Amino acid sequence: MSAIRASESSLLASSQQEELEDLPKDYPLSTSEDEGDSDGERKHQKLLEAISSLDGKNRRKLAERSEASLKVSEFNVSSKGSGEKLVLSDLLEPVKTVSSLATVKKQLNRVKSKKTVELPLHREEIERIHRQVAFNKTSQVLSKWDPIVLKNRQAEQLVFPLNKQQSAFAPIEHVLSGWKARTPLEQEIFNLLHKNRQPVTDPLLTPVEKASLKAMSLEEAKMRRAELQRARALQSYYEARARREKKIKSKKYHKVLKKGKAKQALKDFEKLRKVNPAAALEELEKLEKARMMERMSLKHQNSGKWAKSKAIMAKYDLEARQAMQEQLARNKELTQKIQLASESEEEEGGTEEDCDPLVSDVVNEVQVKANRPNPWMFRNHSSDTKEAETQEDPEELAGSMAHEASESEEEEGPVAEEEILLKEFEERRSLRQKSGLNQIAEPVGRPETKDSSSQAILSELRVLSQKLKKENRQSRKQEVSSVKTVLAVQREKPAQEEEEPLLLQRLERAQTLDKLEELSKEGCFQNKELPRAAAEGQCLERNPDNHLGAPKEKKKKEQMIDLQNLLNTKSPSVKSLAVPTTIEELEDEEERAQRQMIKEAFAGDDVIRDFLKEKREAVEASKPKDVDLTLPGWGEWGGVGLKPSAKKRRRFLIKAPEGPPRKDKNLPNVIINEKRNIHAAAHQVQALPYPFTHHQQFERTIQTPIGSTWNTQRAFQKLTTPKIVTKPGHIIKPIKAEDVGYRASSRSDLSVVQRNPKRLSIRHKKQLKKNSID
Amino acid sequence: MKVKMLSRNPDNYVRETKLDLQRVPRNYDPTLHPFEVPREYVRALNATKLERVFAKPFLASLDGHRDGVNCLAKHPKSLATVLSGACDGEVRIWNLTKRKCIRTIQAHEGFVRGICTRFCGTSFFTVGDDKTVKQWKMDGPGYGEEDEPLHTILGKTVYTGIDHHWKEPVFATCGQQVDIWDEQRTNPICSMTWGFDSISSVKFNPIETFLLGSCASDRNIVLYDMRQATPLKKVILDMRTNTICWNPMEAFIFTAANEDYNLYTFDMRALDTPVMVHMDHVSAVLDVDYSPTGKEFVSASFDKSIRIFPVDKSRSREVYHTKRMQHVICVKWTSDSKYIMCGSDEMNIRLWKANASEKLGVLTSREKAATDYNQKLKEKFQHHPHIKRISRHRHLPKSIYSQIQEQRIMKEARRRKELNRIKHSKPGSVQIVSEKKKHIVAVVK
Repeated sequence: MSAIRASESSLLASSQQEELEDLPKDYPLSTSEDEGDSDGERKHQKLLEAISSLDGKNRRKLAERSEASLKVSEFNVSSKGSGEKLVLSDLLEPVKTVSSLATVKKQLNRVKSKKTVELPLHREEIERIHRQVAFNKTSQVLSKWDPIVLKNRQAEQLVFPLNKQQSAFAPIEHVLSGWKARTPLEQEIFNLLHKNRQPVTDPLLTPVEKASLKAMSLEEAKMRRAELQRARALQSYYEARARREKKIKSKKYHKVLKKGKAKQALKDFEKLRKVNPAAALEELEKLEKARMMERMSLKHQNSGKWAKSKAIMAKYDLEARQAMQEQLARNKELTQKIQLASESEEEEGGTEEDCDPLVSDVVNEVQVKANRPNPWMFRNHSSDTKEAETQEDPEELAGSMAHEASESEEEEGPVAEEEILLKEFEERRSLRQKSGLNQIAEPVGRPETKDSSSQAILSELRVLSQKLKKENRQSRKQEVSSVKTVLAVQREKPAQEEEEPLLLQRLERAQTLDKLEELSKEGCFQNKELPRAAAEGQCLERNPDNHLGAPKEKKKKEQMIDLQNLLNTKSPSVKSLAVPTTIEELEDEEERAQRQMIKEAFAGDDVIRDFLKEKREAVEASKPKDVDLTLPGWGEWGGVGLKPSAKKRRRFLIKAPEGPPRKDKNLPNVIINEKRNIHAAAHQVQALPYPFTHHQQFERTIQTPIGSTWNTQRAFQKLTTPKIVTKPGHIIKPIKAEDVGYRASSRSDLSVVQRNPKRLSIRHKKQLKKNSID
Repeated sequence: MKVKMLSRNPDNYVRETKLDLQRVPRNYDPTLHPFEVPREYVRALNATKLERVFAKPFLASLDGHRDGVNCLAKHPKSLATVLSGACDGEVRIWNLTKRKCIRTIQAHEGFVRGICTRFCGTSFFTVGDDKTVKQWKMDGPGYGEEDEPLHTILGKTVYTGIDHHWKEPVFATCGQQVDIWDEQRTNPICSMTWGFDSISSVKFNPIETFLLGSCASDRNIVLYDMRQATPLKKVILDMRTNTICWNPMEAFIFTAANEDYNLYTFDMRALDTPVMVHMDHVSAVLDVDYSPTGKEFVSASFDKSIRIFPVDKSRSREVYHTKRMQHVICVKWTSDSKYIMCGSDEMNIRLWKANASEKLGVLTSREKAATDYNQKLKEKFQHHPHIKRISRHRHLPKSIYSQIQEQRIMKEARRRKELNRIKHSKPGSVQIVSEKKKHIVAVVK
């Protein structure tokens, strides 16, 4: 279509041109007619001018009247129209009246509608636009590598060469050809096989099949596999759904389902009756038969073995009769109860929610107990209600209430009711699945208070929990998006300008163990040389486990100071007689109130005593411990409750030497931690290394051993997998699109497109702009 | 009387065949194996020390050239074959396993400016100062035959570099412009220019094979698209870039070896900021080549050393030098990612191990497990001061060492000056330019 249109338009254009060319020949315009005359006029005017210039004075030129104009005054002819452009419409106006000039009119109209051709852009600009377009295109092409690059960068292990040789499956005949039956058993089996003409050596694959196998490319195979996978997933989904539905124990659900089905069947039947009465009759018969079968197979209450025997005995035995009656009653009761329960469930649920949704399970249970004497029924019921409550997520409560309302409204329409019930079931199930996720939020949302104001609180909490959930969802989304932007972020990661050099370049060689030892010692000295204050500061920061007491101590100190201040404020204020007593009293009262408040606030904690206790503990802990080497039961009687004798204990107890005196011995309100070991510090990491964000993270990595002494073989292998594995003697080729599952570009790079870039116009520019905006 | 005896099921301790491993019962109770961290620390320390003790990277020196080695090329199909071109126009083909020259060709008059192999490995191309591009067969001539090139293309101007397409019979040369040639034709199928300056090297992208990168002496790096026959973008740096190398595993990443002692790794989609600035050399970087795993690259420098950089680190992890090695002009990482070759001014090609302390040859599984474990230990304790110090220690010749010191002082002075300037000027008026942005002059679209 478009081609035809294009050709049409081109034809039109050409014809127009021809017409335009023809135009002056066929219809010579009036202007060109008197060319000769105008020439003469011009000459005449020149002559006049020459004459006027002769006398030297600059005379005022009088405009000549050459054409008819609008304003004609008696002195002068205004030349207003002369400066204006000739407009086509002006020319056309006189033509309008003449009918014979219709063709000219048409042509002129066409000319009017035609637009001028845009100027081609400057060459440099054209090139720049070309480059930009090409760059955008190329970056798009390259962006397909982003996920692969990211994956490879984050991979735990990369095995090179990347393109694994796909183990070519050898057809069985090839395998068999090299194998011979040796043992008698094998020979026997072979004979049997040959007797039955099993295909042993003849090719299992026909040439056609082989060809098809070869022809099927990787992509095709992949596509087919994907299709199959999809089909399988669908199937399994339907199976799972069927199983799930089958598993639902709720009788009500099944009842409703069955009812719905029956309704549907009835409808269908009605339709069928209208369309095809004979078939409908048959169907009816079938239905009748099914009903009868159902009736026959129905189990009656007294059909059991025990019931029958009792029935026989009932004539003579009062007890048996009584038992039977009891059983009957029980049976009736049970059946009734089930129905009742199923009905009352809804009602109760509804009423409870209406009156007070905050009533705890216990209260519910009590109510239920009052209603039901049967413990079994009760248990079922209560669990049901519990479930119902758990399902009534705070978020969903309003919705479910609305549902109930609608239910009560639509009680008249049975079909609608069933649908709603089914929906409700579905909802409940989904809720039950959700409840796992909501476990954290739920206890917040379900306080067990029964205050009058609790309703409001509860609603607030509901809103809160909803917000929480939303936030969760958002954060999850953000995570996903963040993964996407990792690459970009990596690109934008601020330069670590002052990165420490990886190598410590020196003039000495160190290739023997002794020298390496020296090296490490040097490191020690360097560490020692660190300014002490700085080092201490560092150790304070970096060995938090050694200084567990330190931050606490600080806090304690602050508290102490506060307390002292408070004590100071407590000291009796100096009363001067000059000051009016009433005000003072007021102030005093205020102070007292404040003091009282503080007292109340810090009623529980005696900070000073706590600190003393802590210090005592610290001192105890830092004392060197005695070593007890007594072995119970060695050289004595052993057994439960026996202790080694005092003599033995004395003998095997190694007393620890008295340590040096503590530095904080004479400082009553300071604990100085003396655990820091300078020798160990030389081996300790001073600052938190780069990828770690918290010291605990780093410590954890250090504390998990990776050796085979502490790990099983499998774990050891897993822990020590190298990041990059290369095969010796194998050439590693650059990564290919086919290796990672992309389509290799079908277009050859050779097809260099030589274009003429001169015909690029503003249209292209616009396109480029659009591209760049995108 | 019944006698109770200890009895064990022989299945638990008797091997089925002689070839089975003896079952060694192990108790992994952590209380039986105390001091995990200190023990592992000591192991790590020992492993680090041994690594340094066994760090002997230099393998061989291939001598035979009679002038400085100007270019190197790998054989695409054979690991043992290496080609080298010298400044006197001689091309030699080497066998690395025998460490011998197997063929010598007097290819050009004047320098052999560039050499590259065809993707199939049957022939190779050289360009020289005599304005010719020559194609040679990889195998030597038969008995009595003359050693002549398959094709010779005589150009109008000097070609300074050549690279072959990775899949198709197309190659690119550079000189005054980037020419793309069909092997069968004597005229370029396409010439691409952007400005007028001599282009020193051109490289095909190994993954997206229609992309090319080139660097010219007017300090810029230009990217081209062969399919659309147009340059794409140009980035102008502070100083001249000598050569670039594309990452063979990441299509959009390339590294440029610059005269200002640094290497710049770029993402070609965002040329205004390099992904990483690699600095450690103390003189112009002349050549760079990626490891085929794409995780590291090696750079050759005018300061008579080669350095190995991890792609994501700005500092080198290894420096190689010998007393006799002069300015290193070209460097290549072999395609099994185990060795490094460098050709230098003093006519030798040297072969190095990529991992200085790696044991060569076939490893038994126990050896392999032990090296893996040691590697992981070193990694785990790499931040501990002793281990860090030992593993970082390198010996350097005095010239490089003193240059490093000098440059450190210079850098510190510059930094101090900048800080002072910031301190004494109106807040916000002096912008701190990051190291990455500092060296980029402009990006031209």
